[in-house]
Amino acid sequence: MNKLIYSFLLCFSFLGLQAKDFPKQANPPKLVNDYSGTLNADDLNALEAKLEAYEDSTSTQIAIVIENSLEGEDEFDYSQRLAENWQIGRKGKNNGLLIYIAIEDRKIRIQNGYGLEGSITDALSKRIIEEVIKPNFKKRNYYTGLDEATNYIMRAAAGEFINDEAMGNQQGPPPMGFVIVLILFFLFIIFFGKGGRGGRGGMLMGAPFIGTFGGGGFSSGGFSSGGSDSGSSFGGFGGGSFGGGGAGGSW
Amino acid sequence: MKRSNIILLVIGAALLLLVFNGCGSYNNMVTKQETVSSSWAQVENVYQRRSDLIPNLVSTVKGVANFEQKTLTDVINARASASQIKVDASRLSPAQIEKFQASQGELTQALGRLMVVAEQYPQLKATENFMELQSQLEGTENRIAVERGKFNEVVKDYNSYIRQFPQVVFAGMLGFDKKGYFEAVAGADKAPKVEF
Repeated sequence: MNKLIYSFLLCFSFLGLQAKDFPKQANPPKLVNDYSGTLNADDLNALEAKLEAYEDSTSTQIAIVIENSLEGEDEFDYSQRLAENWQIGRKGKNNGLLIYIAIEDRKIRIQNGYGLEGSITDALSKRIIEEVIKPNFKKRNYYTGLDEATNYIMRAAAGEFINDEAMGNQQGPPPMGFVIVLILFFLFIIFFGKGGRGGRGGMLMGAPFIGTFGGGGFSSGGFSSGGSDSGSSFGGFGGGSFGGGGAGGSW
Repeated sequence: MKRSNIILLVIGAALLLLVFNGCGSYNNMVTKQETVSSSWAQVENVYQRRSDLIPNLVSTVKGVANFEQKTLTDVINARASASQIKVDASRLSPAQIEKFQASQGELTQALGRLMVVAEQYPQLKATENFMELQSQLEGTENRIAVERGKFNEVVKDYNSYIRQFPQVVFAGMLGFDKKGYFEAVAGADKAPKVEF
């Protein structure tokens, strides 16, 4: 009977009904996001500084989200979707990890990205939860639990990734519409160039136009505003994907 | 002369647009089909991962004195028959997916029963090896759920794309067929919830 009800609810959750909204990301983005007021400012800053420094040297993004309640959602399902939605980790590396905590539900979940599945195994995640997080959380030592847990994770993932991100952004191929316009443009020159003067004259006349097209393309490149203001080095999440690895528990 | 030039130009442009459109949607179909195939590879990966866990699980459970043999043989048999089902990754027809899902679903159920029975053996639950296997199995079932969801997502994208105009005109001709989904079967295919 329970199963029937569960699958019934599952159907509805796919339709998007009764789904809990994801929390809004802080601006500027942070790795440690406490929406429940569990951690005090000093603890928050200490964790944030530690995880940002780790992200800076390894590019591995360890994010912490603390909320009051899951509002009836399954902790695995919700934290998996949250991690995908925020795209924790780098694109192509998928080296993101989310530690999700629902304080009132006393639930914890470690979700790791595809890239970390080799170093942070499910069994290791489980052991970190059982042996480090649970005993501390039971005594309400939330900071100590998270601090030690992240230390274990950082050690296990050490050497897996290095920060080799180049500055500046990539340029994609020109869109199809642009190519069509370009071809029509050439056709135009060939047709009407012949009608007016010689073929050669027409082609020459087209040259400066092509020059301006190229120029426009380059100038629109620009730099992203990833500047380091107020000592924060974290530039935000971007592109990480999750396969459902990790472990969960409740304290 | 001048007017005919303009007419020619307009016809030429229209033809070009049509060709580009056709090429564009053909390329899009190829891309989407590739996305479906790679997503399917991920699905097979995680099911394979589960299959690989079973020998270890079986040998761990076997070590326990007078363990209920039937649940064990059920798992072994279900694993054997599930590994018989091979799906052609370039076709992925609804019938194939359904068959695959049914055989894997049987294994899911057999495993679920095994884990429930294992709960009754405290000497088994206390071993580190079993606890580790339990967390790996749980993680693998979660991965299966995630990859199935992702697969359904890209299949939906592909299926709706090939049925839109103008793709619908030539999709069937070029061998772009509808792909199958993983259906949510009530109860039968639900991953065993391993509670701690």
